[in-house]
Amino acid sequence: MTELAKVAVQRWTPLSVVATCGLVGLVLVLAFGPYYLSAYLTDRLTTLFIYVIMAAMWNALAGYGGLVSVGQQAFFGLGAYAAIRLSFWNVDPYLALILGTLFVGILALPLSLIALHLRGGEFAIGMWVVSELAHLLVNLDPLVNGETGISLIALDAYDAGVRRAYNYWLALAAMTALMALLFLLLRSRVGASVQAIRDSEEAAASLGVRVITNKRIIFVLAAVGCAAAGALWLATLISFQPRTYFNVQWTAYMIFMALVGGLGTYEGPIIGAIIFFLIETFFGGSGVWYLVGLGAAALLFSLFLPRGLWGALQDRFELRLIPVGYRLRFLDGRPSTEGSAFNPKSDDATTSQNTAAQISSAEYQGGNAI
Amino acid sequence: MFGVMRVINLAHGSIAILAAYVVWSLAEGLEISPFLALLAVMPIMALSGWLLQRAVLERGLRSGQLVPLLSTFGLAVVIDNLLFEKYGADTRSLAPNVGDLAFESWNLTDDIAVGQLAVLTFAVAVLLLGGLHLFLGRTTLGCAIRATTEDPDTAELVGINSRKVYAIAAAIALVTVALAGTFLGMRAAFDPYAGPAQLIFAFEAVVIGGPGSLWGTLWGGIILGVTQNLGSQISPQGFLIAGHVVFLLILTVRLLVNSSDLLRWVGSRLRLSE
Repeated sequence: MTELAKVAVQRWTPLSVVATCGLVGLVLVLAFGPYYLSAYLTDRLTTLFIYVIMAAMWNALAGYGGLVSVGQQAFFGLGAYAAIRLSFWNVDPYLALILGTLFVGILALPLSLIALHLRGGEFAIGMWVVSELAHLLVNLDPLVNGETGISLIALDAYDAGVRRAYNYWLALAAMTALMALLFLLLRSRVGASVQAIRDSEEAAASLGVRVITNKRIIFVLAAVGCAAAGALWLATLISFQPRTYFNVQWTAYMIFMALVGGLGTYEGPIIGAIIFFLIETFFGGSGVWYLVGLGAAALLFSLFLPRGLWGALQDRFELRLIPVGYRLRFLDGRPSTEGSAFNPKSDDATTSQNTAAQISSAEYQGGNAI
Repeated sequence: MFGVMRVINLAHGSIAILAAYVVWSLAEGLEISPFLALLAVMPIMALSGWLLQRAVLERGLRSGQLVPLLSTFGLAVVIDNLLFEKYGADTRSLAPNVGDLAFESWNLTDDIAVGQLAVLTFAVAVLLLGGLHLFLGRTTLGCAIRATTEDPDTAELVGINSRKVYAIAAAIALVTVALAGTFLGMRAAFDPYAGPAQLIFAFEAVVIGGPGSLWGTLWGGIILGVTQNLGSQISPQGFLIAGHVVFLLILTVRLLVNSSDLLRWVGSRLRLSE
């Protein structure tokens, strides 16, 4: 367009206000879960929360950051291992779970120095190597007894019912905190920057986006999230076997959840996690065919519906429940557009222009003229 | 073929193991030599490569790096678990099917003996790489493949059918993978979930050697193999740890020197000292 169109930058829509309030309300209702839910449901919901964390974190990394990693199980396993290690140094087990998670976040910083310079598939498999190495190194610790593993015995200090409630609250708190952090990050400059990097690293760099710093933020967030999931999984399962925790199947689950729900959408992974949770509840017993189905679903979704279920719904109905992007509303009556969506089918140049427009609108909102 | 295809196939290792299983089934079922079975499997793999490219990779190539990674990972999960469903958790080996070759060796001196199979494997690897090198460098089709890798759209402008070229490259890649899987099966045991480990080794060799260079890959493979064996002298787990550590070290060094200048320097030194 030649003349400057009159636009209003809109973030909240009435629908998204309702949806966000509804979600916050739901979390508040869930917070009292252990008081009114059966033991079985409490346990199942704890598992669901862990899945949501994993799906959202993998989505943050791949869907928003463009960093496809096949090695997130490294952080999952390390989170659990760090918690075990700390608990055997006489740290309270629940404190150990939290400290262990943070420790993995610190560990992810030096790792990001190497990993983030890898591109595309190199990063994917490079992270896989990292997770294999982490697995082998953890096995060297005599405490773990090789593949036999060890249990978080210190949790015995808590009564089973108390433990169930604590696990539930810890999982809910971790999920809420991580999702809130992700929400804030995506709405901040970092959110627009990482998406610009995802669409075209060169174009983003040429606009003055600090590529490595922004990638690092999202990488460390994803590492902390996966470590939290691993630590929580340990709290529910109690036993730690390196081969189980460092298994690539965790990444397969994350990919499935994020992909089916909708890569690069905030709501998608939550839906994906619920779908995965339901499938697991009903078909988890069917063993190998269940895994074949998951793999086939990932294959088909990536080929035929790369935007996932939620992404497809969003495109059709212009639904935005959780406002993490910007909406440009043309004041002269043209339909509004949104430039934040992940669209693998679109040409590189147009997408990065979109995101570039977003960054400048972010600047505009902050009151800085470029 | 990582470099040539410009797409990273996460199902690479799983396909190698799949080929090894098919060769094993043929060799066991028909009681023929695995080499004969391999000859039969190679055209099938070429066809599957073509299909894989047309059905899966081609869609991915148009939409950036992300989609092919996800779809080939899905494919790897499917292959691994279907193999498990069909063949169970038992480890298999092609070694019994090749008779004496598995353990016969040539004695070079009184102290040094080399396994015949190892020599054969190495010879095939060198021949294969040499053949690919000549094919890519000297033939029209090879030039077409390289041109398509550089820029598919421009290649189309000079009359290259890039869809066809990609499919041929994929077919060649899968034949290579079948060869690798079969030799792996003769040398060692494999099980349905052995694919990812093979993928990681292959990837490490490629990265150590420098992506996109065929002879670099051979060097990478040698460096990786030697360090793994040195590592296993130290501790049983050292085998894998040493390999991964060397890979990460080389990666770090490469990033520090920013581009592959140092490797090129080391490469030229290595050639001089021969």
